[in-house]
Amino acid sequence: MSNSSTNQRGFFFNVDWLTVLLYLTLCAIGWFNIHSAVFDPKHPGFVDFDTNYGKQFIFIMSSIILAIVILLLDNRFFITFASIFYIITVILLIAVLVVGRNVGGNQAWIPLGSFRLQPSEFAKVTTVLLLARYLSGTNIRITEPRSFFSAAAIIGLPMLLIMLQPDTGSTLVFCSLIFVLYREGLSPYFLIIIGLMIVLFVLTLLYNQIYLVIGVVILGLLIMWTLRRFRQVMFTVFIGMLISVAFIFSVKYIYLHVLKQHQKERIDILLGLTTDLRKKGYNVNQSKIAIGSGKLWGKGYLQGTQTKYSFVPEQSTDFIFCTVGEEWGFAGSVVLIGLYLFLLLRLLMLAERQRSPFSRIYGYGVASVLFFHVIINIGMTVGVVPVIGIPLPFISYGGSSLWSFTILLFIMIKLDSNRMGTISPN
Amino acid sequence: MNSFFARRYVITGIFIILCLTLLVRLFYMQIIDDKYLLASNSNVIRKVIMYPARGPILDRNNKILVQNEPVYDIIVTPRKVKEFDTLEFCKMIGIDKEGFDKRFAKAVKYSPYRSSIFEKQLPARLWASLSERIYEFPGFDVQPRTIRTYPDSTAAQFLGYVGEVTDRDIEKSNGYYRPGDYIGRTGVEKAYEDLLRGQRGVLNQMVDSRNVPKGKFANGAYDTVAVAGERLQSSLDIRLQKLGEKLMKNKVGSIVAIEPSTGEILAFVSSPTYDPNLMVGRERGNNVAKLYDDPYNPLFIRPIQAYYPPGSSFKPLSALIALQQGILTPQTTYFCAGGYWAGNHMVKCTHHHGTTDLTLGIAGSCNVYFCSVFDKLINEHGGKQTEATFTDWKARVNQFGFGVKLGVDLPHEGRGNVPTALHYDNIHGKNHWRASTIISLAIGQGELEATPLQLANIECTIANHGYYYTPHLIRAIGDKNIVKKEFTSKHDVGIDPQYFEPVIEGMHQVVQVGTARGSMIPGIDMCGKTGTAQNPHGKNHSLFVAFAPRINPKIAIAVVVENSGDGGTWAAPIASFIVEKYLRDSITTRPSGITPEYYANANLLPPLPGQKPAVKPKVGADSTKQQKGDTTNKPAVQVKAASRKNKKDTLLRTLAAAQIKRKDDEQ
Repeated sequence: MSNSSTNQRGFFFNVDWLTVLLYLTLCAIGWFNIHSAVFDPKHPGFVDFDTNYGKQFIFIMSSIILAIVILLLDNRFFITFASIFYIITVILLIAVLVVGRNVGGNQAWIPLGSFRLQPSEFAKVTTVLLLARYLSGTNIRITEPRSFFSAAAIIGLPMLLIMLQPDTGSTLVFCSLIFVLYREGLSPYFLIIIGLMIVLFVLTLLYNQIYLVIGVVILGLLIMWTLRRFRQVMFTVFIGMLISVAFIFSVKYIYLHVLKQHQKERIDILLGLTTDLRKKGYNVNQSKIAIGSGKLWGKGYLQGTQTKYSFVPEQSTDFIFCTVGEEWGFAGSVVLIGLYLFLLLRLLMLAERQRSPFSRIYGYGVASVLFFHVIINIGMTVGVVPVIGIPLPFISYGGSSLWSFTILLFIMIKLDSNRMGTISPN
Repeated sequence: MNSFFARRYVITGIFIILCLTLLVRLFYMQIIDDKYLLASNSNVIRKVIMYPARGPILDRNNKILVQNEPVYDIIVTPRKVKEFDTLEFCKMIGIDKEGFDKRFAKAVKYSPYRSSIFEKQLPARLWASLSERIYEFPGFDVQPRTIRTYPDSTAAQFLGYVGEVTDRDIEKSNGYYRPGDYIGRTGVEKAYEDLLRGQRGVLNQMVDSRNVPKGKFANGAYDTVAVAGERLQSSLDIRLQKLGEKLMKNKVGSIVAIEPSTGEILAFVSSPTYDPNLMVGRERGNNVAKLYDDPYNPLFIRPIQAYYPPGSSFKPLSALIALQQGILTPQTTYFCAGGYWAGNHMVKCTHHHGTTDLTLGIAGSCNVYFCSVFDKLINEHGGKQTEATFTDWKARVNQFGFGVKLGVDLPHEGRGNVPTALHYDNIHGKNHWRASTIISLAIGQGELEATPLQLANIECTIANHGYYYTPHLIRAIGDKNIVKKEFTSKHDVGIDPQYFEPVIEGMHQVVQVGTARGSMIPGIDMCGKTGTAQNPHGKNHSLFVAFAPRINPKIAIAVVVENSGDGGTWAAPIASFIVEKYLRDSITTRPSGITPEYYANANLLPPLPGQKPAVKPKVGADSTKQQKGDTTNKPAVQVKAASRKNKKDTLLRTLAAAQIKRKDDEQ
């Protein structure tokens, strides 16, 4: 075990520096854009701890320390304490409902001195950890109902608690873990069904449901006719068709009776069903104006008028991408999304090269969570996804989110650095 | 490894596809669609209009007639208003609580965030006290602008006035004007609006989402500076104008004086007049209402809008046409026995002139002579050709700028009237009228009507021996003293120069020994002609037209004093004072003993309806009773001449107002 001994000699010997570099680059981009978003010509300094970019500087520095600490810990630590961490976050999620501070309609923060802790951010990490630990256990087959429901319970518990805050955005983040389950053997129908449901939901709100039902039936019959030789598949398609029709009829009900007013409005705005740009549609409209006005090369650093003159709301947190799009243009958007994609693909590669299932599953969990954040956050700023307030990883302002993303990522880096070692939860 | 290894590619594929989807969306928004950039600019850029100073207007000696004076508008941004001492504030700007609430509600309705005008045109003294304490009234601010001011309070109808634009003005200007802008409404202010208003500047200011200014957009690269309006030098001589207004005080009428060699209008008096300063400031609305209600209608621009039959002042023109036609020679004589028989009615003459030649005919204003000449002229080609001959005669009259618009640089100019053959066809039937039917035209009566400006212009033509320049009020534009091209071209009236001398000699005699001898100016050879415009509603209008000196004329003038009798008594003396003032800059003692003061102090205003007429209408020196038949078939026209004896005073005022309005619409 020469590898192992080398590993013990230098902590950072096997660290994937490329991922670390991507992480640092994204943090730096985030910090510059927060600086631009809240820039005030009267206080041109870079380090002013009363401002968001000053605080973000502290968050980044503390995150780096956190990252080093994680790299110094033993791999076993994460596996052993996965359940403990999970329980702690569940307790915190319950606590936040009791003692939490309500900000912007969400009871999501626990005040800690001058900072506020957001347990839901950390719940992502601990849930992924516990999920990885559970799925990597011997005799666990996700295709078996018992295993499946256990895994679903691990994911579902924090979701339920976060939904009570209520924080729809953070709740939906956990749905991204479907990729992990899929990778571990979950039937592809789950992915197909979820994709189909999203499409049908949007179509139902846009078009008359009768036409839609007719369309779905015709499409289903066509597919069945094409696949008439494969009885099994034909039957599945038939069932799918029936479920789709039922779903279409239930969507209106869900929309009218289950969704809350502000959620309906956000969906309406997204689908262009309402054009009230003054009130509810204001945010998305101004956000689109900011990004669209960036053109190819952007307006230049600190030159974004939309963000600088506060037309865009929450410009340093959920809508930070506006600053990127406005000041750096399409070029900047391509670079940023490229960096994210590079990071995600790198994470998938890291996950696949793990020898231990735990590390692999955890890696997929990290990639899925980050992917969901990136797509939904940027998607909402450009108006293709309803506004659900989730941060852009490493870039949005905020201590809890940066810390939790750092922990999430660096546990993976740590696991990867030790991939040659034989680790098993038992 | 794991049996589901291949699934990594599905997940990788989903990651890539969704990221690409975002990029495609971004490509569309950032590269293809331009609407976001426009929206971003309109979000952040506020165009602030920089108002230029309106151009001043000077007299011919560069004395200021109108200039700008700073006033202060109070503006309010409702959202910034915090609690303050409303009562004290109202007291300071001179409004009551109710007025405050009304104004404030209006501002809130306009926009709670954007500032709008709260109270207009605070005079400088109120501003001084308010500006010290404006910080006590958060949300309120003061913004300077300029209004017109008239140091000599003179030439109101000539200068005109400015007023706030109406929705229709904005529409017509294709969006050049914006609500609250000022535009020339009448007079020079209207005629030269494009030059006077200058060029507005635009400041592209950046604002944040709360409309707070954040500096210049693109460092002012798209800003334009305001360019002040052009300075206009008018041809008016303020000395003449003021003297004219003084002499015409308490009278209804006009004085128009023109420099024959250029067409420049030296005096433009419309009486009664008003103080142009009434048309600006906070009291403007009340003042306008008062002026509209004034039964003597001071807003009526008489020199170009009032129509008068020229009466005997037409005779020189009549003679010139006959001379040119070869109908008349200076030696032609007619015998005046005190009347001229036209068919079965007689045109009376004031005197028994006996054997009369052209000079005496003009000097003595002999009706018989001119009726005879006119009869011969119209019958030149025989009675059957009356219509053609008449039409030819009308064209020659029109050549003098009579019955057509002269093209003076003022809006609402009237064209006067020379009847057409068709007009007589309609009254008498085709070929049922003859020279005798229309004989009153020979002596300037009948349907003939001219504005005082046209009368003065005819004198210019006579003074110039056959041509005139378009009369105008603005002689130079801007620092480069540009003269409009149309004012530098001669209009030939088609009369050979040689025919003028005998006519001028006659006009000279008028002043030396004739009907205007009382107005002779020692040492100045004035040539003139009195006239009496018949007025079916009251006393006749006194007319006098003249030019002086005889050699190398410097001034041509027409004076009309309504309801004052014959031309020699009121109009001629007033004209003589103006002429002398212009040529000598002083007024000498007259052999006749007349003084300007006497004329200035006389009150000749016609009594208003309900009041007893002061004097019984009296037939003028050279008018004829017979011609009344002709004048009475056009009472509305006489109304326009602003005679105020009509019983239905309100109707009359409505008509006069309608007249102004109609002229407005023509513009």
